[in-house]
Amino acid sequence: MIALIQELLSYDFIVRALIVGTLVSLCAALLGVSLVLKRYSMIGDGLSHVGFGALSIAMALNLSPLQVSIPIVVLAAFLLLRISSNSKIKGDAAIALIASGSLAVGVIVTSLTTGMNTDVNSYMFGSILAMSQGDVYLSVGLSIIVLILFIFFYNKLFAITFDENFALATGIKAKMYNMLLAFLTAITIVVGMRIMGALLISSLVIFPALTAMRLFQSFRGVVICSAVVSVLCFVAGIAGSFVFSTPAGASVVAANILMFALFSFAGFVRRRTV
Amino acid sequence: MALMSCRNLTIFYENTCAVKDVSFDIEAGDYICIVGENGSGKSTLVKGLLGLIPLRAGVVRCGEGLSPTAIGYLPQQTVVQKDFPASVYEIALSGCLGRRGLRPFYGAEDRKKTLENLKRMGIYDLRGKSYRDLSGGQQQRVLLARALCATDRMLLLDEPVTGLDPIATTELYDLIGRINREQGVTVVMVSHDFRYAIEHGGKILHMDRELLFYGPTKAYLKSDACRRLTGGMGK
Repeated sequence: MIALIQELLSYDFIVRALIVGTLVSLCAALLGVSLVLKRYSMIGDGLSHVGFGALSIAMALNLSPLQVSIPIVVLAAFLLLRISSNSKIKGDAAIALIASGSLAVGVIVTSLTTGMNTDVNSYMFGSILAMSQGDVYLSVGLSIIVLILFIFFYNKLFAITFDENFALATGIKAKMYNMLLAFLTAITIVVGMRIMGALLISSLVIFPALTAMRLFQSFRGVVICSAVVSVLCFVAGIAGSFVFSTPAGASVVAANILMFALFSFAGFVRRRTV
Repeated sequence: MALMSCRNLTIFYENTCAVKDVSFDIEAGDYICIVGENGSGKSTLVKGLLGLIPLRAGVVRCGEGLSPTAIGYLPQQTVVQKDFPASVYEIALSGCLGRRGLRPFYGAEDRKKTLENLKRMGIYDLRGKSYRDLSGGQQQRVLLARALCATDRMLLLDEPVTGLDPIATTELYDLIGRINREQGVTVVMVSHDFRYAIEHGGKILHMDRELLFYGPTKAYLKSDACRRLTGGMGK
């Protein structure tokens, strides 16, 4: 076990992935609780597809991937939020449109420029090699901003998640906090997408929150548990991917699935015994 | 000046006129039941009073030092809340958030007030329990405690007894009545329960897009508006 950890930490690229990945899974888990409860889970999925499109364009134009995709994905997040708060257009259908649209744009752009090669594969399913030293600094900075904002606005995010109308009536600017939530989610998704892949990143948002809800009764309990579960699963997934030579992103998701099954079972047992 | 005074309120809901030219005054200590048939604009009116939906015309003015954000609101339940993992205490405490302004965390007086209100609603022992595990009546009490954390002056309740069994309904109505009498909190309640409204409400506000009647219950029973709602079966 110790030998494995030592071996893992001897590779620079794994250390980089672990630093960024741990922070991203922490952010994703915290935001995920609100997103899942507000029935916004699909927004995370939609955004990651938009991120794929943005990433391909950035690569084609030889620009820095994060600096191009962050503004695009943040814009898309605000757009998706607007659509889902507008009752006349069905939110889930609109998200599916935008998601598959951006995926198509991304695929066309890549095949016209660099060709469909391993790059595309790594955008789709993630690559542990994706992080450069510069990316690491930017990602760590962004994740810390997300964490600070989340802690600072925790009580308000709880209030608008549980009951937006009541929050509005007591003078909380619910629209602004919804935008904040979308903004933070967008940043988390873009940063995490490199490691986890566009198709898998939304699992970081959704799984830990659902897992924690199997067992915990209070909002604070769910938030803390989902953060812990998320980080644990990420580290376990990376270690597993190293040991079994499986893709990193998929291994993290697999760890999350196992944890979800475990918590579901524990929740079932507890309901039976209480 | 009245506690709240509304002049010529007109509110549109999805391009149809839901509330048309409604004016009335709410005095401190009033117990007002808003009655009317489905789709008569009762809930829309309440949302308009709270500023949750924009007014097409008219004004809502608060008097006697009542701040518009210090009104305790009990909205209709949403789908999201049914399986929401949050403790009773967390939910009630969130009623204090309006007073915090930009300060991000709760203070000792918020916690104290929350515990007092939980005791008052008879759910102090449930404070660590999860909201999703409570019965409908208990859930409404939690939301009532939260509303009381937000206000000392005025409660706006939107059909608080929907989906409750008869016993829970009576208990909740008793609680609301006590809050009105003992703490002097003004209560404005949207109600489907016509019989309860005329038995307990001090004043009746009868909506049918327009204001059909507003005044003391006794006068209401003799009015045309009352006969219209009950089909002449009133009394």
